[in-house]
Order: sequence, then C-alpha cells, then structure tokens
Amino acid sequence: MHRFTHSPGQALRDEGKFAWLILAPAMILLAAVVVAPLIITFLYTFQNKELLSSHNGDFVGLGNYAAILSSGWFWESLGRTLYFTVVSLTLEVGLGLLVALLLNHRFHGVAALRALVILPWAVPTNVSSALWRWIYHPEYGVLNALLTSLGLIDHYKTWLSDPFLAMNMVILADVWKMTPLAAIFFLASLQFINKALYEAASLDGMGAFRRFWYITMPFLMPTMAVVVVMRTMEKFKAFDIFYVMTRGGPANGTMVLTYEAYLRGFTNLEYSTAATVAYIIGFIILALTLVYMRTMKAQEGIQE
Amino acid sequence: MKKVLTGILAAGTLMGLLTACGPKAPENVTLNALFMKQAGYSEDDTAAGTKEFEAANPGITVNLTFVPYENLEQKIITSAEAGSFDVVLSDGPFTAKFAKAGVVQAVPDVPEADKADIFPGALASCVYQGKSYGMPWLNDVKYLFYNKKMLKAAGFSNPPKTWDELVAQSKAIKAKKLVEYPLVADWAQAEALICDYTFFSASFGGSMVDSTGKPTLTSAGNQKALEFMVKSIKDGITNPKSTEYLEADSEGVFLSGKAAFTINWTSLFNDAKDPKQSQIASDIGIAVLPGTAAVSSATVNGGQPLSITKGSKHPVEAWKYISYLTGKDFQKKYSKNALPIWKSLYADATVLANNPEVVPVAQVQYESIINRPVIPYYSAFSNDLQVRIQEALLGKRTAAEALSLSQKNAEDLANKS
Repeated sequence: MHRFTHSPGQALRDEGKFAWLILAPAMILLAAVVVAPLIITFLYTFQNKELLSSHNGDFVGLGNYAAILSSGWFWESLGRTLYFTVVSLTLEVGLGLLVALLLNHRFHGVAALRALVILPWAVPTNVSSALWRWIYHPEYGVLNALLTSLGLIDHYKTWLSDPFLAMNMVILADVWKMTPLAAIFFLASLQFINKALYEAASLDGMGAFRRFWYITMPFLMPTMAVVVVMRTMEKFKAFDIFYVMTRGGPANGTMVLTYEAYLRGFTNLEYSTAATVAYIIGFIILALTLVYMRTMKAQEGIQE
Repeated sequence: MKKVLTGILAAGTLMGLLTACGPKAPENVTLNALFMKQAGYSEDDTAAGTKEFEAANPGITVNLTFVPYENLEQKIITSAEAGSFDVVLSDGPFTAKFAKAGVVQAVPDVPEADKADIFPGALASCVYQGKSYGMPWLNDVKYLFYNKKMLKAAGFSNPPKTWDELVAQSKAIKAKKLVEYPLVADWAQAEALICDYTFFSASFGGSMVDSTGKPTLTSAGNQKALEFMVKSIKDGITNPKSTEYLEADSEGVFLSGKAAFTINWTSLFNDAKDPKQSQIASDIGIAVLPGTAAVSSATVNGGQPLSITKGSKHPVEAWKYISYLTGKDFQKKYSKNALPIWKSLYADATVLANNPEVVPVAQVQYESIINRPVIPYYSAFSNDLQVRIQEALLGKRTAAEALSLSQKNAEDLANKS
C-alpha cells in the first residue's frame, strides 16, 4: 500500500533512477569503446607514439601537428580528399535531384522504380567496391566490353592504372552507390510541397524553370543542407571504397587522408601520426559543418 | 513491466552462470591461429595438419582463421596485445618491426642439429638482433613461369636465362603476334612490387640496404634494375596493366593464355596444372628467374614464419603447435603447394613425387635467395618505395629521380628509429 504514499516528485526521482539504471550498460559500453579511445587518441596527438622510434612515449606538444602540416604528403592527400569530396558530392546532389524530380511524378511503374533506385545504396560498400573492381577489370571487365561493343574504344583500357583516372573511376563507383540516398531525401521533401502552389504559380504565368527555382528549390534547401553536411562528413571519412578498389594506388593517385592514417598507423606503427591525421580530419569536418550551418541559418533569415 | 524486466535479467544471469560453469577440464587449452588465404599451403592442408596435431595432443584445440595476405599484418598488430590470436602467420619483412615494437614474443632457439638442415635465408628472416621471433614455416620464392607452346611457336626450345634473353624472346613472340604483351607482372602499389624489385635489384648488382642496414637506393645497380622495368613497359614487353595487378590478377592473365611469361610464387604451378582454373594446363613451364652477365639468377625470399603474439596466454602450447607445422612430417606430407624448409627433405621420395618438375628448379633457385631489408622501419620504407617505383613505371618520374626521393625518405626513417 505504501506506493500510494509517494509524492509525485518521489515517483519522478524513482523513474529517473530507473532510467539511469537501464541506460547504464549502454553508457558503460559507449564510454569504453567510443569515449575512452577518443580521449586516448587525442592524447596520442601530443606524444611521440611511434612504436619503432627511440623517442616512443615522449611528450611533443604540438610537434605532431607541426610536422604533419609542414609535410608535403599531408597536403597532397588533403587535396585528393577534397577533390573526391567536391566532385562526388556535386554529382550525387545533382543526379539525386534529377532522379527525385523524375520519381516525384505519377506514372505507371513509379513505385517499382522507386524501390529499384534504392538498390545500389542497400549494397554494402565492400561488396559494391569489389563489384566495381570487376567492372573496371582491364582483361574481363564489363565496362571495357560495353564500350568496345558500342565502338567507343577500340581496345580494352586500364581504368585503375593511371593515378588521376583511377580517382575519377572511384568517384564514379561512389556516385553510383550514393546517389540513391540523395534522391530519396529529395523525393521525401518533394512529396510535402503543396501542389496548389504550383497550380497558382502556373495560373500566374510562371514557367516550369521558374516554378522549380522559386518554389521547389527553397523547399528543398533544408534537405539539401542535411544531405550536403552529412555526405561531406562521410566523404571525408571514406575508407572502404579505397581499401577495396585501389589501396591508395596507383602511385598514390587515390591516397586520401583516411587511408594515409590507416597505413601510417597499422603498417608503419606511427600511432601518433595516424592519430593526429585522424583528429585533423575531425577538425576539418567540424569546421565545414559550422560553416554550412551558418550559411543555412543566414539563408533562412533572408527567406523570412 | 518491472517484473518482466527482472525476469529477463534473472534468466540472463542464470544462463551466464551456467555457461561459465560448463564442463571444462583445466588442462584443456584452445589456441587461436591466424593464417592467410592465398599462396603456399592451402586452407585444406593447414586444416588437415591441424586435425593431426589435435589428435596427437589431446587437450589442445586449435581454431583457425584465414584472411587475405593484405589483412594479415593488421590482424596481427591489433590482436597482439590481447593475445586474441596465439599463433600467427607472420612475414619475413615484419620480423624486425614486430620484434622491436613488441608485437610478437621471442621463441626458443632452433637446436643446432636442425639449424644446419634448414635453409639459412629462411632462418635469418626470423631473427632480429640475435633473437628468434618465429619459426620458418612457408618456404617460398618467386620463379619464372612460361608458356611452353608460345615459346615453341616463336622458335625457342628453352626459357630465357638472362633478362636480355627474355626481352629478345618477347620481341619474337610479339612479332609473331602470339600475344600482345609477353610478360605479365604484379606491380600494383603493394608489397608484391617490392618483392619483384628485390630480385631485379639483386640481378643488376644492386641492393636496397648495405650490410649495416643503411639505405643504398641510389646505387647504379638499383637504378639499372628500375630502368629495365620501366623500359619493359615502354617497349610493350610487360603488360602495362601490371601496375594495377596483385599476384592473383597476373596469375589469372597468364593462366588464360594471354601472356608468355609471368613471375610468381610456387603455388602458381599447381594452379596452372588444374584445368578448372587454367587454359594452359599442358603448356606450363617453370624455370629459375633470369639474370644478367654478372649475376646468373636472384629471387626474393617470400618465406613466412609462424610467430606467437605478445599477449598469448599459452605460449608453450603455441610453440608445440608451431613445432608440429614446421616439423618434417607436416612439411613432407603437404609439400604439393609449398616446398619444405628442410634441406634433407628434397631427397625425399614423397616430396619429389609431389613436385617432380618443381623440386629440381627449386634446388637451383634456392642458391640465390635475397631477403628484403631486415630493418625495423621496413613497412614505411616499402610503402614509399612502392609509390616511387610506380611513378617511374607510369612515366611520371625518371628512375633516378624516383630512387633518390625514396632514398631521402629512407634516410629520414633510419634517423628517426
């Protein structure tokens, strides 16, 4: 009977305790596998943690950052990472928008088409990357067979042997895989636009392009921001596609920052360098996200 | 709701207790062992040998994991501290690094009597600063494989003895339009490229480091070797696609009859004989690698030792298992895909019967095994050299430029460690 004597405040406190209790296992797990490594890794960036160095364990302050920022390889890899990010993101957003606009219309079989479009995204990156490696295979790849039978090339080409071409071919594989995600995001937003707006605009004599520019685009801007921010982060972190397709080669043509960090950490045992590169990637993503957020806020202000 | 939760929690705890107190005799030991998927002893061979070991050693169970060579190193490093693998297949070039960084444990010394019967190059690849950090298990070097039918069609009855001869034969093969690119190699940005550079360098009189471990990449021999590789691509002798191929890729091209020559590990020979994988089953030939006027032949030591991780809780049992797999019985029985580390076994009837064509060639080739540099910073050295050699192969830099850049990097690495 004594439960009725509890005050509402007591019940709330009990509930709070219970909430902590059931959250505790997850939080302990997170602390152990996410938070602690994050902190330890951050501490590594101020130490010499090169297992093969005779100064292993020394405190170096900002020495790791200074060494990396003044090295040639870092800026080369950063350049390649930026190129990969900008080109593939532009293509994905552009193509995703076109696909979404198309799928937003009602026509026979649109439901099946919408389901099909999702497929590349549903395939794990490891699998799709291995798939593209085969597509690009210089001896028995489908791409060569296709282009030859169309008469576009007269003999089989190597797609991953030239450093710059290889990067673009990886971008193509990434765009194929990730465009659906952008398309589905845009499609979802498009469905919320009031059709009456378009009718009214048509009656007022607005052309299709102007309707798109003045009605559709402003509606899509918040979604666009989400897609761009989210995808920029992921592109900066892209690793598996490079690991499976090119392993940073040929001649470092696809050596991006994450792969550089992996190589330095796991094969060269330069843990502090790898940790510092990882944190620099994190800082860059953070900075980019802040800039995006600012821009979006500013734009919203203008619209209001 | 609370009751249900309590019930679930109680049931969970009970189950946890039950499994923890399962029937488990104290002397039972489970070893976790890490091997690789390609080249050398097949997965079936390793599994069968392990079964035999378990039968002979009741109380020891071995769990096997097989990963591609490319993932081996990372698995070893990440499992070393916790000892989640006890026995790991390592690689010659990892020895110095793993020893210095404390990734693997020192192991007992090989008895003197046995030492004399094991190929010295194989033993040397397990030793760092006088201590042994593993036992040679997989004994492998690279050979020249050739397509007998193509050579005959081009008018040659013997494989080339020198690199110049290989070029001459290739030109004849090209002229007869038997194949577009006579040689297919595995020159992707990977360790395979450095394996090949090791013997090219040695056959042109070069060496990547001197006897004290100091990098010597800019020597005349090293430069000649790289220039030869570059020219072979430029002249259409080597398939230009080689710069994106690993061993399995170049093997595929060769086995489908699209090349007259390739350079690969022992296991290619048996793959080539298998009509399911190969279109040249009756035309496969194996020979020692070509050389130059000064050096008759040189090959790279691809031998891989078995090591015990630093964190292993059962080093005694692990060493027992390693001793079994590296012992003469196992090495004799499964000699089809990898030749023994024991010299005396090369006269053994089983070994000969398993590899009638390979053994005679191997015995000659073993006279000229070159180890990759035994330096702790080898991986960083190799990663950089891969990139520079590729830049030269792709015509982005001259051979001299590429090597002097890599030399500078190697000197920095040497100073750091």
